[in-house]
Amino acid sequence: MTSIVAASYIGAAVMFILSLKGLAHQETARRGNLFGTIGMAIALGATAVAAGLFDSAAFLTAVAVAAVIGAIVAARVAMTAMPQLVAILHSFVGLAAVLVGISNHLQPSNLLVGAEKTIHDVETFAGVFIGSLTFTGSVIAWGKLQGVIRSRPLLIPARHAVNAAMIVAAVWLGIVYVQGGPDSLTALLAMTAISGVIGVHMVMAIGGADMPVVVSMLNSYSGWAASAAGFMLANDLLIITGALVGSSGAILSYIMCRAMNRSFISVILGGFGTDEGAAPAPGAAVAAGTPVPTTAEEVARLLGDAATVVIVPGYGMAVAQAQHPLREIVDALRKAGKRVRFGIHPVAGRLPGHMNVLLAEANVPYDIVLEMDEINEDFPSTDVALVIGANDIVNPSALEDPSSPIAGMPVLHVWEADACIVFKRGQGAGYAGVENPLFTMPKTKMLYGDARKSVEAIKDVLGT
Amino acid sequence: MRVGVPKEEAPGERRVAATPDSVTRLAALGFAVTIEHDAGLAAGFDDAAYAATGAAIGDRSTVFGSDIIAAIRAPQGDDIGHLHASQTLISYLHPADNPDLVEQLRARGINAIAMDQVPRTTRAQKVDALSSTSNLAGYRAVIEAAILLERPLGGQSTAAGRIPPCKVLVVGAGVAGLSAMGTAKALGAIVRAFDSRPSVRDQIVSMGGEFLEVDLQEDGTGTGGYAREMSQAFIDAEMALLAAQAKDVDVIITTALIPGKKAPTLITRAMVESMRRGSVVVDLAAEKGGNCECTVPGSAVDVDGVTVVGFTDLPSRLAHQASTLYAGNVVNLLEEMGGAASFAIDDENDVVRPMTVIKAGVVTWPPPPPPSVAASASQGRTPPAGTSAGRRPASAAAAKAAAPRQKPRAKGHSGPPVSSPGAKSWWLLGAVGLALFGVGTAAPPSFLTHLTVFVLACFIGYQVIWSVTPALHTPLMSVTNAISGIIILGGMLQVSRGTTSAAELLGLVAVFVAMINVSGGFLVTQRMLKMFRR
Repeated sequence: MTSIVAASYIGAAVMFILSLKGLAHQETARRGNLFGTIGMAIALGATAVAAGLFDSAAFLTAVAVAAVIGAIVAARVAMTAMPQLVAILHSFVGLAAVLVGISNHLQPSNLLVGAEKTIHDVETFAGVFIGSLTFTGSVIAWGKLQGVIRSRPLLIPARHAVNAAMIVAAVWLGIVYVQGGPDSLTALLAMTAISGVIGVHMVMAIGGADMPVVVSMLNSYSGWAASAAGFMLANDLLIITGALVGSSGAILSYIMCRAMNRSFISVILGGFGTDEGAAPAPGAAVAAGTPVPTTAEEVARLLGDAATVVIVPGYGMAVAQAQHPLREIVDALRKAGKRVRFGIHPVAGRLPGHMNVLLAEANVPYDIVLEMDEINEDFPSTDVALVIGANDIVNPSALEDPSSPIAGMPVLHVWEADACIVFKRGQGAGYAGVENPLFTMPKTKMLYGDARKSVEAIKDVLGT
Repeated sequence: MRVGVPKEEAPGERRVAATPDSVTRLAALGFAVTIEHDAGLAAGFDDAAYAATGAAIGDRSTVFGSDIIAAIRAPQGDDIGHLHASQTLISYLHPADNPDLVEQLRARGINAIAMDQVPRTTRAQKVDALSSTSNLAGYRAVIEAAILLERPLGGQSTAAGRIPPCKVLVVGAGVAGLSAMGTAKALGAIVRAFDSRPSVRDQIVSMGGEFLEVDLQEDGTGTGGYAREMSQAFIDAEMALLAAQAKDVDVIITTALIPGKKAPTLITRAMVESMRRGSVVVDLAAEKGGNCECTVPGSAVDVDGVTVVGFTDLPSRLAHQASTLYAGNVVNLLEEMGGAASFAIDDENDVVRPMTVIKAGVVTWPPPPPPSVAASASQGRTPPAGTSAGRRPASAAAAKAAAPRQKPRAKGHSGPPVSSPGAKSWWLLGAVGLALFGVGTAAPPSFLTHLTVFVLACFIGYQVIWSVTPALHTPLMSVTNAISGIIILGGMLQVSRGTTSAAELLGLVAVFVAMINVSGGFLVTQRMLKMFRR
C-alpha cells in the first residue's frame, strides 16, 4: 500500500513539474493547468485512500464545502481584483501550515529520539514560523490591495530594531521548544504570535508600488512553508511541491526587483517612496514648465493621423476598468490599417503579469502585447504613444537623473515617440512619489480625468 | 591618432570605409585621416573631395601604418604582413567563417574589431553595419528583378489594355527581406512573404506584405526568437507551399541565411522550372551557397527561361550610399570607443566587447555572454535567418555557437542570468560544501534523503520557472498557489492519525482552508488562461 502511495506521489510530482513547464507559452498553458489539476487529484486520492479518509464524514464535508467555496470565488472574482485573490489564497496556505504544525505537535510520535527528534522539532518550529508569517503578511497584503488598509508604508520608529528583537525572541523560543518539557507548547504558540506580528509589521512597512514583489515573496514563503511541513511529516511530495512553489516565487520576486533596479533587501525593509532626502542633482532640470492639457477630440484626431501607436497601460487602467473600451479603440485602429501594439513594463500593476491578464480579459490578442525590451527601441519610429494610468514606469528621470529615487530602473521610452498622450486622474506624483518630467516635455499632452471616461470619449469621436 | 582607409581590393567591391563627410566627423573626434589614393573613386568620392575635408591622401603602406585601419573587407596577403602590434583593425571579419584569417591577424599582435559582430541591442544600433547593408541589399534585389523582368511591377488600366501587377514572393522576413517587401510594394507589386516564425507576421503586414501560412499549426519560433527545428510534416507543407507559389508569382526573393553555415535550400530546380518564362529569382544568400538550387554565385543564369540572379555584390552596386552608411557606422564606433583623446578597447563596454575579436594579439572571441539578459533587439531587427534557419538542429546549434552576435532575442527574461564564477562564488561554493559536510556528519540518513529531494526540487523549479513567459506571470502565481494547496496532505495525515481531538480538529481546519486554495487556484487559473488568445 505504501508503495502504491509513493508511486502516486511520483506521478503527482511529475504532473506539477509539467504544469509549471506548460506555462512557458500561451499555447501550452491551459494544458499545464490541467496537468496541475490531475497531479493534485492523484495526490489527494492516494493520500485519502492510504489514510482511510473516505469513511470520514467530517473530512468529506470539509473538502466538499471548501471546494465549492473556492469554485464560487474563482468564478466571481473580477480580473482587476486578481492581486487581492492571490494574496488571500497565500494566507490560507500559511494558516494551513500553522495548523498542521501545531496539530503535529499535539500528537507527537514517540519513535523519534536524539538527533532525529531535534531535527523534527526544528522542522516543526520552522514550518510554523514561516506559515504564521505568510498568513498575517498575506492578510495585510490583501488589505492593502483591497484598499481596506492604506497602501502608504507604515513606519514605526526603530522598526529595524523591533524586527530584530522579535526574531531574537523567536529564536530563543525555538531553543526552549527543542529542549522540550512542559513549556514547549507555550513556546510554540508564543512564537506563532510573534511571527504573525513580524508578518504584519513587514508588509505594513511596504508601499503600494512594491506590492508585486511582496505578493511574489509571499508566494515563495507559502511554498517554503509547505516544504517545511513535508520535512516534518516525512512526506516527499510536500517537500517537492513546496520547493517548486518556493523557487517560483523567489524567481518572480527577483525579476520584479530587477525590473525596478532595487535589491530584494531594500524592498523587504520597506519605506520606499518616503525619502525626502533625495534632492535633485545640481544642474538637473527641475521640472520646468507646466503640463499641457488636451481633449479627447484632439487625441482622436491624432490617432486618426497616426500609422503606428504604442499603448502603455499601468495600474490606473486597471483601477478605471478602461481595458474594454480601450480594446474597441484598438480594434478600430487596427481595422483602419494602423499598427497598434501594447508595451508592458514588468512591474506595471500590482501583480507580476497583471496587465497581460487584464488585456487578455478584454480580448486583446496576445501577439500585439509586447514586453518592455521588445518595444523600447521602436518608440522613435512610433507616431503616438498612449500612457494610460502609468507614471513611474515611463519616467525619464530614471535614466537621466542619478539622484532620482528610481534612478537606474528600466523604463519605457515613451518620450521618444512623435507624440505622447498621458491619461491621468490628477496632477499628483506616482506611487514612488517621484516627479515625472515626462509630463512637461514639449511632445507630451495630458488628458486629465477618469481613464475609462477618457477612453470612451475618444471611442465616440473615432466612431463618428 | 591616425585613421587609415585603404582602397578595397576584393573583386567587385566598390565601397569604401570613409566618405568626405565622415572624415569631417572623425576630425571633430580628434582623429587625423589618411585615405589611400583613389580609395573612394568607385563609390563616387574622388581624392579632391577627401582632401577638401582635411584628409591626407597617401599610398597603401602609409595607410596600413596608421594607428587605426578602417576597411570594409578584412586585409589579405601582404597587407597583413604590414600590420604590427598596437594597431587596431576595424572591418568585416566573420571570425566563425575565417579562422585562418583570425589566426594570421592574431600573429601580428594587433587589435581587431569585427563590424559583423555588433550586439543586437538598442545602444549598438548606430554601429550595426549588417543591418544598414542588408537594408540596401533588399532594396537592390527588387531593382535587379525589375530590370530583368520584362514587364512593370505595378498594375495599371490603360486604353490599350490592363497591365496586371506583378506578384513578388519574399522568403525570410529579416532586415533584407522586409526592405525588399517595402520596395516591391512601393513599386506597385503584390507582395507575399513567407517565414516559419508566426511572430513576424506583424512586421510583414506593416510592410504591405501578405503573410503566407502553411496549413499546419506549428510555431517555428524557438527559444529566443530563432527559427527552431520544424517537424518533417511542416517542412513538407512548407515546400509544398513554396512550390505552389512558384507557379503563381513573377519574382522570388530569398533571404534565408544561417550565420557561419551554408544557406538552406528552399527553391528547388523543379520549382524554378515550374515558374512562368520571364520570371526572376533573386537569391540574396548566393554568397553562402544560395537558397535556390540553380544559383550561381556572382552571376545571373537562365534556367528554362527563368533568370536566377546570384549577384553577391548588391550592396556594392549602391556603393555611394552603402559607403556613407558604413562610414557612419565606423565613426559612431570610434566615438563609442572614446574618440582620439581617450581611445580604448574597453572590455566593460557592452557594444565594443562583443565586437572585439583580437585584443593585443589575444583572441577574445567569442565574447562571454552578457551578465544579464540585455539582448533587447526588437522584432524589427530580426537577423535575416530566414525560413528554415533552424531546420537542422546541428546547423542551428553550430550557427549559434559560431555567431554569438546573433544573441537570441530575449523574450523579456529568457533565462537565468549567467555569470562566470568569480572569487565570490567559489567562496560560496566552499561554504555550501562545508555546510553539507556538517549536515552529513550530524544528521540521520532519513533527513538526508529528504534534503536530497528538497534540493533537487529547488533546482528543477529554478530551471522550469525561468522559461515561463512574463505575460503568464499572474497565471503562474495562481497555479503555484493552487499547487501549494498540497499542504492539504499535511492536514489529511493529521486527521487520519488523530489521537487527540484537538489535533484532529486542527487538521480538519487545515484541510478546509487548503482545499479552498486548491479548487479556487486551479479554477481561476483556468478562467484566466481561457482569455489569452492570439
